[in-house]
Amino acid sequence: MYLVKVYVMYKDSILDPQGEAVKGAIHRLGYLAVEEVRIGKYFEMKLSKSDADIEKQVNEICDKLLANVNMESYRYEIVEEK
Amino acid sequence: MKFAVIVFPGSNCDADLLWALKNVLGQEAEYVRHDATSLTGYAGVFLPGGFSYGDYLRCGAIARFSKIMPEVIRFAKEGKPVFGTCNGFQILIEAGLLPGALIRNDSLKFICKSVKLRVQNNQTVFTREYLEQEEILLPIAHGEGNYKCDAQTLVKLKENHQIVFTYSDENPNGSIEQIAGITNKRGNVLGMMPHPERAMEQLLGSDDGLRLFQSVINHTRKKAKQ
Repeated sequence: MYLVKVYVMYKDSILDPQGEAVKGAIHRLGYLAVEEVRIGKYFEMKLSKSDADIEKQVNEICDKLLANVNMESYRYEIVEEK
Repeated sequence: MKFAVIVFPGSNCDADLLWALKNVLGQEAEYVRHDATSLTGYAGVFLPGGFSYGDYLRCGAIARFSKIMPEVIRFAKEGKPVFGTCNGFQILIEAGLLPGALIRNDSLKFICKSVKLRVQNNQTVFTREYLEQEEILLPIAHGEGNYKCDAQTLVKLKENHQIVFTYSDENPNGSIEQIAGITNKRGNVLGMMPHPERAMEQLLGSDDGLRLFQSVINHTRKKAKQ
């Protein structure tokens, strides 16, 4: 079994209004050192071991569905599990 | 001449679209389910607003992989009219039929009210009944209608006159260049955040949506005669 951890974030060029709102709240709590907040998504997928190239599969899933590559970028980690 | 209104799980403006086409304009129109596989025999396709698949993941991202969508894409590639309002616009973008992306409103608020739009291009299948630069009143109701695209795409949108509607008084969601609706390069696919199907009768505060549907009907009628 593989555990795949996928992180999807807005690209730097895209304003993240949700992140900006949370930053405002953090500032109101008094943590003025926080200069930027960006909010993304985290996915965990479990894949069974197969002959197919797992990285290829994960890339395809991210490109097609998990991220909108017009505005989001992604990275992932693959952990082998027993 | 028959029109299709696609129904996804979570669509909630499908009845409004059908009402607009059938009851207000007297056209033949019917629902087509998300898991249907054919659009044969239809003259135009309408994607409704709502919350397809609960808007999980991203608005429109899951609907884009419905069984009917390869057929919608084929239909669009044949040059036939495809219209998406609100969630329908989001689905068309996710499907790659229209460029760019729709992100959360810059206010972070869901906005539901009537706004003034300007008709920037009245030479499309969807807007021939309007005047160039005419100001019209249509309702919006969305949380993620903030249109974004990269600089290159924006240049192309302008060059090809793909920006069809802009917000005229105020920019409710933060869209780049006040964009409210765009077409594809060929001009047969229109996506817009405002709801023309909710502005079909003066009783509802505006009938400015009427002429969008009349434009499509006139266009398809002309095509059918050719």
